[in-house]
Amino acid sequence: MRQNRGVSFDRRAVFRDSLSVSIPVGTYGAAFGAASVAAGFSVAQTCALSLLLFSGASQFAVIGVMASGGSALSAIATGGLLGIRNGLYALRMSPILKLSGFKRFLVAQVTIDESTGVALSQENRGEAAMRLGFISTGIGVFFFWNFFTLVGALSANAIGNPSMWGLDAAVPAAFLGLLWPRLTNSKTKIAASLSAVIALLLTPILPSGLPIICTVVIALVIGWKSK
Amino acid sequence: MTNLWIATLGASTICYLLKLSGFLVPSTWLARPKLQRINELIPVVLLSALVAVQSLSTDSRVQVDHRLGGLIVAAIALRLKAPFPIMMLAAAIASAILYRFSL
Repeated sequence: MRQNRGVSFDRRAVFRDSLSVSIPVGTYGAAFGAASVAAGFSVAQTCALSLLLFSGASQFAVIGVMASGGSALSAIATGGLLGIRNGLYALRMSPILKLSGFKRFLVAQVTIDESTGVALSQENRGEAAMRLGFISTGIGVFFFWNFFTLVGALSANAIGNPSMWGLDAAVPAAFLGLLWPRLTNSKTKIAASLSAVIALLLTPILPSGLPIICTVVIALVIGWKSK
Repeated sequence: MTNLWIATLGASTICYLLKLSGFLVPSTWLARPKLQRINELIPVVLLSALVAVQSLSTDSRVQVDHRLGGLIVAAIALRLKAPFPIMMLAAAIASAILYRFSL
């Protein structure tokens, strides 16, 4: 553990933390790019999702729902519900970043899991380090994520049947990887198990995409009742 | 405009507005513990539902095939604390092998 007190802090240490998150997360953009093209999105649409939506879980949700035959509306709703947490990150970061005017509109786009995570991990280095960690990670992930999205999309365009390359399993694996670190206590584990079962039970009954959205009720009930 | 573009641009707009909203509303909103708990659980239930539906269903039918093999390998990789890209690669390779032997 590095420790720097007072006004000055080790800027290189902050950059190192940012890069150690940005590069691996960014390369995973290649998996998104490939999965998105395999799901039927064009290279342009795939890149638009990474540039404009820029939030991994929501992006995978949008392509997943559309690939399984869901309507655009349920894709938007599922992606949007997964995007709520970014708004809460912004709420958490707002007093630390102390942004005003136009800057807020730019910084909002890089308010995601990784930038917030790195910023919060700099707490012992002070608020200036948190700000630097947030911005450098946000920009780093944005750059690498978009670059590798294009690489993945172009290479998937060149290969034929996605099942031959295991791309149809890569999407649920990605969701599992995003879910895994959140299963920290029995409450989240119960919610996750219930949700998987209910979504599968509803799959033959409801149009594609809706079974996924319906599981939000489980979050509302468990979140409301538990202490 | 095609459905895919509507989904792409619609979801992008909503997600951007959600990010921006946090910078525009007063931060006292975060103080409610019930809302925080619900917010913590929403990604959990959605991601879990997506895992299940994407690996075990085809056209509104529940179906067990090569994808489940890939998912099990992903779970093992995660349990072994494998990095994200390695985990996805392992899942894809396992699924592709099972597909080739038409399981």
